[in-house]
Amino acid sequence: MPPVEFADPPAVAAALEEAGYLPDIGIATAAFLALRMGRPLFLEGDPGVGKTALAQALATVTAARLVRLQCYEGIEASQALYDWDFPRQILHLRAAADTDDRTALEASLYDRRFLVARPILQALEHAPSVLLIDEIDRADDEFEAFLLEVLADNAVTIPELGTIAAAVPPLVVITSNRTREVHDALKRRCLYHWVPHPDFAREVAIVRRRIPEAAAKLVDDVAGAAARLRAANLVKPPGIAETIDWTQALHVLGARRLDPAMAEATLGAALKYREDIVRVQRDLASLLGG
Amino acid sequence: MVDPADLLDPVVTMTGFARALRANGVAADSTRLATAIEALGHVDALDPERVYWTGRLTLCGEPDDLPRYDAVFDAWFGGRLPPPAGGQPSARGGQIVQLRPVARRDAAHAEPDEREPQLASAASDTEVLRHRDLSSLSDAERQEIDDLVALLAPRVGTRRTRRHRPRGRDRIDVSRTVRTMLRDGGELAALARLRPRVKPRRLVLVIDVSGSMSPYADVLLRFAHAAVRVAPRTAEIFTVSTRLTRVTRQLRLRDPQQALAAAGTAIPDWSGGTRLGEGLQAFLDLWGQRGTARRAVVVIASDGWERGDAALLGEQMARLARLAHRVVWVNPHRGKEGFAPVTVGMSAALPHIDDLLAGHTLDALHNLADVIAHA
Repeated sequence: MPPVEFADPPAVAAALEEAGYLPDIGIATAAFLALRMGRPLFLEGDPGVGKTALAQALATVTAARLVRLQCYEGIEASQALYDWDFPRQILHLRAAADTDDRTALEASLYDRRFLVARPILQALEHAPSVLLIDEIDRADDEFEAFLLEVLADNAVTIPELGTIAAAVPPLVVITSNRTREVHDALKRRCLYHWVPHPDFAREVAIVRRRIPEAAAKLVDDVAGAAARLRAANLVKPPGIAETIDWTQALHVLGARRLDPAMAEATLGAALKYREDIVRVQRDLASLLGG
Repeated sequence: MVDPADLLDPVVTMTGFARALRANGVAADSTRLATAIEALGHVDALDPERVYWTGRLTLCGEPDDLPRYDAVFDAWFGGRLPPPAGGQPSARGGQIVQLRPVARRDAAHAEPDEREPQLASAASDTEVLRHRDLSSLSDAERQEIDDLVALLAPRVGTRRTRRHRPRGRDRIDVSRTVRTMLRDGGELAALARLRPRVKPRRLVLVIDVSGSMSPYADVLLRFAHAAVRVAPRTAEIFTVSTRLTRVTRQLRLRDPQQALAAAGTAIPDWSGGTRLGEGLQAFLDLWGQRGTARRAVVVIASDGWERGDAALLGEQMARLARLAHRVVWVNPHRGKEGFAPVTVGMSAALPHIDDLLAGHTLDALHNLADVIAHA
């Protein structure tokens, strides 16, 4: 299959929109340049603004497989890159223990079939693919350095086996919630984009797209309330993911519009901290724009 | 005289633009510039919006850069493009956070001990922006910094991480064990083990530099510089008076004189009023909650003469206590005779503090270093 080519950022925007992701011009330009230049895309922004969803949409529009690597504290090369399948190696050794040719046996122990491909190796071996490295800020510095090495030459060197290089380099999307500063050496290789909260009109469009069966008035009300919550100086302002959850919850309860009673009953879908809920409950009327 | 043809050359234009960005503190280095020029080859370079986004995606590296980028872009390209709506992380991403003004409270509500005669100056609620001139250090002050470094050096507390280093008799290192087995023809001769790696615990200092703290802020900043020098990757320093300012970057300079001068320039509200609650909230929103305060030892140095909302301070202290490993409050008046933690701020914060320490002498800082080391 020929690789998908886009003429300009609006073309990318149109394709993303078709895939169910509504980008603004900044995101569309970022995606366009990442595809054109083969550069990793580094997305930062508050939790829940749709960083991960963008990677999924990019996989759809480029007809590529999405490979996701969720980072966590203590993640190591053996979880991100490759690992050897030890039990099978030992079984193989036991089965072939009587053979005379020791060198051949040793060589056969480190065969490709005993290699377990973890996300990064999967993405390199499988073309085309989108490699999503999610929440890099949760991993530690050592992991960043290692990632830098892999991204620099789109290849993995396995001492016992040799170098595995990508035929078509994967499109790499790195996301960060900014719980710590990611090292500049890594960022410098990437296109950097701060993903903002969507404006009112775009948020309404996104929610309508996700939950087409929800009443139009309800979607408008919820998007308006979400915008007011974001301005209300909360511990954790709701992201677009929360707006969608909240609308879904209200829709399931049969709401056609957002009224104080319904809002109070479903506030837990939008706000995840007790302090925030208590604070908003005190003044529900102003939340509803009254 | 600039050749008019050069003005149309994107390389010349972008190089000048990147230089202007660098001069304004954006990390637009030569690698990023090369990327920008390459990227411009892929888009319509005559469309200002495309140029804006291409430059922003390639030349910026963090949210703090974005407002600066917008300003320089406007100046450089003649303000042809209005800043896009909703495209900024706004104040949430800024390094210096403007806090809302607080109405002056009635004199009748003021705490009695705010009129203590020994005050250097009373806590005030007016926002006075003043840079502290820290450009010259006396030899004695230099010596003191070296002493503080020595004091902290071997003893910043450690924490366990999920990473393992080989050794000891804890978890089995499957990979190393099996590799040995394969070499030995499948015979299990010895088990390789792992034990958790230990890492220095993060240290966060929030220093109140308001008017009432001015006799002590100097020495506390020197202490902070020592902390950053000992652990440049794991120490974070903030100052608060009417605004929250992050001075870690400035204090990372190795030379104490340069570091403290840079910090003095960066702090816009030296000897201003005290709005600790709001400052702490800004810290938690921008840094603390996202990870800086998590599992950290957080030291707040303040006399607790809060002129903002004491209830807010209490709320934010509770939030901090839930995130941090240990909350230490350094009150310079703690060591004085007849001290009782009765200022509004102090009593609001008290339930959420693990250690309340003095901080008025080098001896007291010695004690602080001790607490940090054993936290």
